[in-house]
Amino acid sequence: MIKAIHFEKIRTIAVIAISLLLTLLIIAVVSDDPLRTMGVFLTEPLSSLAHIGNIVEMAIPLMFTGLSVALLFRANLFNLGAEGLFYFAGIVASSIAVHFTLSAYVHPIVAILAGGLTGALLSAIPGILKAKWNVNELVTSLMFNSILFGVGLYFLNYKLRDPQAFVNASYKFHPSAMLNNLVPGTRIHIGLILAILSILAVHYYLYNTKWGYELRMTGSNRSFAEYSGINTTKVIIVVHLIAGFLAGMGGSVEVLGMYNRFQWTGLPGYGLDGALVALLAKNNPLSVIGAALFLAYIRIGADQMARMSDVPAELISIVQAVIILLISAEQFLKFWKTRMLLKEAGIRE
Amino acid sequence: MNNFFSILFSTDFAFSVLRVMTPILFAALGALISNKAGIVNIGMEGTMLTSALTGVIVSAYSGSAWVGLLAGIASGIAIAALLGFFTLKFKTHIILGGIAINMFASGGTVFILYLVSGDKGASTSLKSGVLPSVHIPLLQDIPVLGPILSGHNILTYVSLLCVIGLYYMLAKTPLGLRIRAVGENPQAAQSVGVRVNRVQFISLLISGFFAALGGAYMSMGYLSLFTRDMTAGRGWIGIAAEAVGRSTTLGTFLSSLLFGAADALANALQVLKIPAELIGTTPYVVTVIGLVVYAVTEAKVKSRKLAKNLEKNK
Repeated sequence: MIKAIHFEKIRTIAVIAISLLLTLLIIAVVSDDPLRTMGVFLTEPLSSLAHIGNIVEMAIPLMFTGLSVALLFRANLFNLGAEGLFYFAGIVASSIAVHFTLSAYVHPIVAILAGGLTGALLSAIPGILKAKWNVNELVTSLMFNSILFGVGLYFLNYKLRDPQAFVNASYKFHPSAMLNNLVPGTRIHIGLILAILSILAVHYYLYNTKWGYELRMTGSNRSFAEYSGINTTKVIIVVHLIAGFLAGMGGSVEVLGMYNRFQWTGLPGYGLDGALVALLAKNNPLSVIGAALFLAYIRIGADQMARMSDVPAELISIVQAVIILLISAEQFLKFWKTRMLLKEAGIRE
Repeated sequence: MNNFFSILFSTDFAFSVLRVMTPILFAALGALISNKAGIVNIGMEGTMLTSALTGVIVSAYSGSAWVGLLAGIASGIAIAALLGFFTLKFKTHIILGGIAINMFASGGTVFILYLVSGDKGASTSLKSGVLPSVHIPLLQDIPVLGPILSGHNILTYVSLLCVIGLYYMLAKTPLGLRIRAVGENPQAAQSVGVRVNRVQFISLLISGFFAALGGAYMSMGYLSLFTRDMTAGRGWIGIAAEAVGRSTTLGTFLSSLLFGAADALANALQVLKIPAELIGTTPYVVTVIGLVVYAVTEAKVKSRKLAKNLEKNK
């Protein structure tokens, strides 16, 4: 029998089902050949090893940003700065991959650490502003996204750009800096292992350390945490440092794992998608893996659909909005939970 | 450099401040009314984009910019109603609801633009309308003031009227009183018979209305077409302007003017040989500085008050 304790899981599944149904509905209205388009959207991502590889490749950056945002949300901080940090750390890691000559194992480690540290330091700015003077972190982090993008683009165009390249891209990375392939036949790289290790580390940090406990307390009620002797200013700054490090690491790993030049001339969007992953995962580190894979699955489905049919991939952002609205809706399906609870207690309505 | 200063002190520059301020001011007013009711609508950016696109499409098909404007306003109010439905009925977190609205609009507008025009970047293939500019008789003949204040798009004047209207509404009308009461203390308001949910819903609709005007201005005044993500953070800058203006109508207007000036300055800076990528970040940098200055002074005022109270109690 379905029990009330499973309610959160059931609700998540219901939200996903509703959003998928809505996708199919929109396809049915828009497409000239709806059934084929729906088929492409749902089955094409799983149709070959290369496509499954695409899902995992896309899930890697989503895991990093999702984990980063989940930590911030857990501390009740609405910071969406992962986007800019991800981009800028990618620039930093690329500079090291282009301009440094190091041995094969050291090179990527240095580049990823540099990207992560850049992310941590930049993320600390809105963190300190929030912790000390209660500056709205949502607005500052979004402004920082635009600022970091502008500065990053400046570095790309003036410092890293390869005049020989046909597109607006950096010089080629030294091969020693690039991440090794993990699964032959796909482009899955060892960034996957780094992502999963980070998730395990954050899980341990959050549930098995004093700092993690302080973070969760601050998130559920900052004033109460302050009264019980937790230095919430410190907690907020530390969360920002860790989240920034994760986002920066994600950007570096993505650049070194997937490309041989830096070539983003727009924000790649993984930071904002990280917010969606965090919400789907209920800000729970281990659930970030599943949430990132799911989002990557519908993303790849939408890309394939855009390639093989008449429906553009942007359809997915409508679906994402519906997922956010429903997943964070406390009252959605609540009546059902109440009924289940009453039934379990042996009370008839 | 001389060239730069001659631009800065020209009437053209002052004119362009008002021109670029308009969308920021509309977004700030939308943030203000919703914040006053205690339910801050951060979906400004998305609402503006939606109404910008709706205005362009409807004006192209109806042949009238005014019909386009009305449709844009309707779409903005509809988005706000959707947000209100989810936050008030389903208890979706208002911030997350706003994020959802923004996410919906940034991809959804491209989706709809592609379906309508076959292009994902801009609505160049649609013959959309532009709202008229207004030359004010008498005023336009006054030197200096005339070239600055006259000849703006009609929505720029509407935005200034909205400031006055909103001030009057909040300060003098029963609805304004209720909105402020709900924002200050919803339980107290409820205890004297104010229907909190309804007042908050109305405030959200009004904030959607303001954001929609800002969006329509972007695509039918500031520019004459819709381009992907054309609001470029103006909704967020408006939200910051509302905070920096200490949630008062006049303060919000003044800080919008300041941010508009920063935006216009970024355009003027292009004559200096600074890379465009860096100049483009000016409005965002100024916004962050504005927010920090506001928050630091606010914190100081608070600690001073606290110290005073302690003195009294001794």
